[in-house]
Amino acid sequence: MVLHCPWTMMAASSAGVCTACTIFRLSGRYWFSRTLSYNNNFSIRNVQTTTLHCQSQPQTKRKTDPRKWVGVVGLEIHAQIHSNAKLFSESGVHFAAPPNSLVSYFDASLPGTLPVLNRRCVEAAVMTSLALNCTINKKSLFDRKHYFYADLPAGYQITQQRLPIAVAGSLTYNLLVRQKWNQVVTKTIRIKQIQLEQDSGKSLHDDTRSQTLIDLNRAGVGLMEVVMEPDMCCGEEAAAAVRELQLILQALGTCQGNMAEGQLRVDANVSVHQPGEPLGVRTEVKNINSARFLARAIDYEIQRQTDVLESGGWILNETRSFDYKSGRTTPMRDKEGLQDYRFMPEPNLPPLIVYDNKTVPAHADPQQVVNIDQIRERLPELPNVRRSRLVEQYGILPEHSFTLVNEDGLMEYFVSVARETKAEPRKIIGWIIKDLLGLLKQHSLNVSQSPISPMSMAELLNLLEAGTVSSSAAKQVFQELWKGAGSSASQIVQKLDLGLLQDRSTLEQICRTVIDSHQEEVRAIRGGNKKVLNKLIGLVQRELKGRADPVQVKTILEEKTL
Amino acid sequence: MLGLTLREVSLALREGKVSPTELCQRCLHFIRKTKFLNAYVTVTEEIALKQAEQAEKRFLKGETLGPLDGIPIAVKDNFSTASIQTTCASQMLKGYIPPFNATVVQKLLDQGAVLMGKTNLDEFAMGSGSTDTIFGPVRNPWGYSRQYQERCAQNPEDTKDSSDWLITGGSSGGSAASVASLTCFASLGSDTGGSTRNPAAYCGVVGLKPTYGLLSRHGLIPLVNSMDVPGILTRSVHDAATVLGVLGGHDPKDSTTVPEPFKPFSLPDEIDVRNVCVGIPREYHAPGLSKEILAHWTKAAELFEKAGARVVEVSLPHTQHSIVCYHVLCTAEVASNMARFDGLEYGHRSTIDSSTEVMYASTRHEGFNDVVRGRILSGNYFLLKQNYDRYFVKAQKVRRLIANDFMKVFSSGVDVLLTPTTLSDAARYSEFTKEDNRTRSAQEDIFTQCANMAGLPAVTLPIALSERNLPISLQFIGQGFREKNLLTVAKWYEQQVKFPLIEFQDVADHVSEFPKTTKSASAF
Repeated sequence: MVLHCPWTMMAASSAGVCTACTIFRLSGRYWFSRTLSYNNNFSIRNVQTTTLHCQSQPQTKRKTDPRKWVGVVGLEIHAQIHSNAKLFSESGVHFAAPPNSLVSYFDASLPGTLPVLNRRCVEAAVMTSLALNCTINKKSLFDRKHYFYADLPAGYQITQQRLPIAVAGSLTYNLLVRQKWNQVVTKTIRIKQIQLEQDSGKSLHDDTRSQTLIDLNRAGVGLMEVVMEPDMCCGEEAAAAVRELQLILQALGTCQGNMAEGQLRVDANVSVHQPGEPLGVRTEVKNINSARFLARAIDYEIQRQTDVLESGGWILNETRSFDYKSGRTTPMRDKEGLQDYRFMPEPNLPPLIVYDNKTVPAHADPQQVVNIDQIRERLPELPNVRRSRLVEQYGILPEHSFTLVNEDGLMEYFVSVARETKAEPRKIIGWIIKDLLGLLKQHSLNVSQSPISPMSMAELLNLLEAGTVSSSAAKQVFQELWKGAGSSASQIVQKLDLGLLQDRSTLEQICRTVIDSHQEEVRAIRGGNKKVLNKLIGLVQRELKGRADPVQVKTILEEKTL
Repeated sequence: MLGLTLREVSLALREGKVSPTELCQRCLHFIRKTKFLNAYVTVTEEIALKQAEQAEKRFLKGETLGPLDGIPIAVKDNFSTASIQTTCASQMLKGYIPPFNATVVQKLLDQGAVLMGKTNLDEFAMGSGSTDTIFGPVRNPWGYSRQYQERCAQNPEDTKDSSDWLITGGSSGGSAASVASLTCFASLGSDTGGSTRNPAAYCGVVGLKPTYGLLSRHGLIPLVNSMDVPGILTRSVHDAATVLGVLGGHDPKDSTTVPEPFKPFSLPDEIDVRNVCVGIPREYHAPGLSKEILAHWTKAAELFEKAGARVVEVSLPHTQHSIVCYHVLCTAEVASNMARFDGLEYGHRSTIDSSTEVMYASTRHEGFNDVVRGRILSGNYFLLKQNYDRYFVKAQKVRRLIANDFMKVFSSGVDVLLTPTTLSDAARYSEFTKEDNRTRSAQEDIFTQCANMAGLPAVTLPIALSERNLPISLQFIGQGFREKNLLTVAKWYEQQVKFPLIEFQDVADHVSEFPKTTKSASAF
């Protein structure tokens, strides 16, 4: 639960002894390098395509192999609260702002400054807790957790150790089992608690110059730490759970949930045991900045622990760092060994009291109190409700609703297209999920970066629906739209002459030519092998670059061959 | 002029008997004269003159801000002052210039008060002598008073060593000395276990520790957040009420200030104590209490009784455990509060920097004195996982019991408690430093820290001169947020005892020689 930024930990452990920190002075001398950002930009869009390890561990298999090791995974997730200001100060919150441009006197721990709780952060935590079915503690407390680290200016983090804002919740998520049938499996994880706490700053270790640079922009940003019970068994489940949490947070607007920007940070507690046996010794895996890496790190760690135990070794209770390049986890050197955080109540903050309609003081200023019931009323549509609504409203398959909701912006894209076209939702789904999403993935693009706007897509589908183009010509138009030359679908149809061939005599003439040059096939058709007709249809279409109406072609060919 | 109370000098300003600039210059002059007291660590002469000039303009226009307009004040050097060095008398913060004003400082300035300077203290307010400071100890002005010097002449034994001087008490010794030596009319101290009341008592001035939560701590460099309160030092109870009226009230920057609006009040001049019930806590008959103070305490009780007040003996049974618990809670918070002084963002940074950890260690070793380091060490010990319940939690529980003791007494009908402030009158430096800081703090805070443990308001006022002709003071402890009652009773008593003004022997002679040639004074 230590709040080091992942690559700081990595840098600290690889750099060994870091030298005198070059930090800012309030006199105005600022020495900083630019804020680093993660150079890998993965989000969780591959959930439904990766294999499901845990699903391939059915009960029967365990019986046949008594030495089967099973992974046990629990997550601790730090979600940065989406708010204009930090948890206890008025300074702003922006990713990649110029270093130390968002630092108040409090954030820099100037002596005599005091924390003032940001109501927005409390509301975000309450809303998140409600969405995760938690019991909200009407009274919660803040504590100081002490440790010396250059990016923790006060020497302690304000957190909620004794009495957090919410406890005992659950997260329900879906796994898409694609291999066998397109099957959606629903699972639930227990949430132990949600606590409010401060984020730390960032340390940049410059080994060449033997300097450490500190950026305090992030110091004091509000975090919700979501602590999950070890209810998962593999990386796949963990990744799916994190994705669902991410969607919930984004729907609530309480966290932007971008893992690459550190808005959502996941530490995984991993252990293995044999079913029926007590849980094994766990390791904590840190430095994970995408869901894909989360899955990989966990599966690597499960395999590693299994191998260690299989070969007669034992697992150390340690913190390990995931190296995305090698795909391995390695122990993080912890010089001090076990830290004693010397927790103490935060004396500068009174207990945090939240109310409901029954307990809210009659004369209270609504701007000053947090009312659980009012926040509950404001809860937006959550992802699972959204999925069922899509299934109901558009008559699409559950797995399609899953993809639409899980891909950032895809649902909105779909809804926009559906609004603008008379095409069947199921047909739209095909174009969007198979064709568009496929290409986007291939080019590593987000839905928002799609070269084909929902309007263009709708226009294309309308052309198809109206019989202006054949479906194969439509695919060509789609390819042209993807190239993004700026032309509309109908302009492309016109320019490339892809419109459906309306002139029956031309069509008949081409059909005649094809029949004449393929007498053998004609004989086969006449002999009863009607399948061969498709070959002739294909030949006609090739001749016409797909511009003919396949039904019409078939009719003509049938007339002329039979 | 300099010996007047705030109320009197405010009237003099209003009546044009003296101009703010003239008053300021007189004080500045006297600060220079009394430099040997070491009361100030920074004299803000330029700022003071500028503020006085502004006050003067307001007075000329007839747009004065209030009773503090144009009044010279001093502020303990653990309150942040924008663009003025704030050191806590520690190597760690030497040269540290805060970019903002503490709320209470801002409020004083907003009322037109003229800041003469920042006053000396025990390092980070940890001490009860104002002897453990990097700027050197503060000397008690009473040691140079005609009253004391004459008495010494009669008893040559007392003056074996003329270089031996009297301590002010602490930790707000500089603030107490600044008011007592007539270099300003009010000063800010801080009170965590008695740090305002203790030096006020030794220096013969009024020291008010308001209820916890009534005054903002924003900008006060903390000792113990759950007990720290800005303290007010003045030459009369009335003045303390005046300053309190300016400082009190909710501060959005300090979440521990109470949200209820605070109404400034003034004290009546005609006071009747017949309806007052004064409690005398049995447990305050502590070992080491001087016969003199005991006698004055008894006399005070009798005086109240004679005036028709009800005087009852009461019991605060957990008092004996208070000082031990105070030390556990104090050191624990100290350990936490001092963690930020790592040499990175501000303050002292060691040149020994072979690694971040080494730099932390050497910075903190060089920056803090033994007292601070000792408290950090014990505080961290009490907070260790294996010790937390045994020490910290237990101390907190006892703290609750102590607070409950007071609650019970007050709910039984007692209005104020009357107790000694200190065990004796001011000690000589050589005598005081025979024991270490920790022992002295335990002795010195014995009557004062209970009020901090319970968050209650308390005021000390000088009531008589001792056999050595040094101030003897008594303390009144009141109910939370009932400062008006507390100060009314204190004022009545002040009226009865008529404590004499300090008479400087050498120093006072020079007062009349002050240059009166000031630019703006000619405007009058």
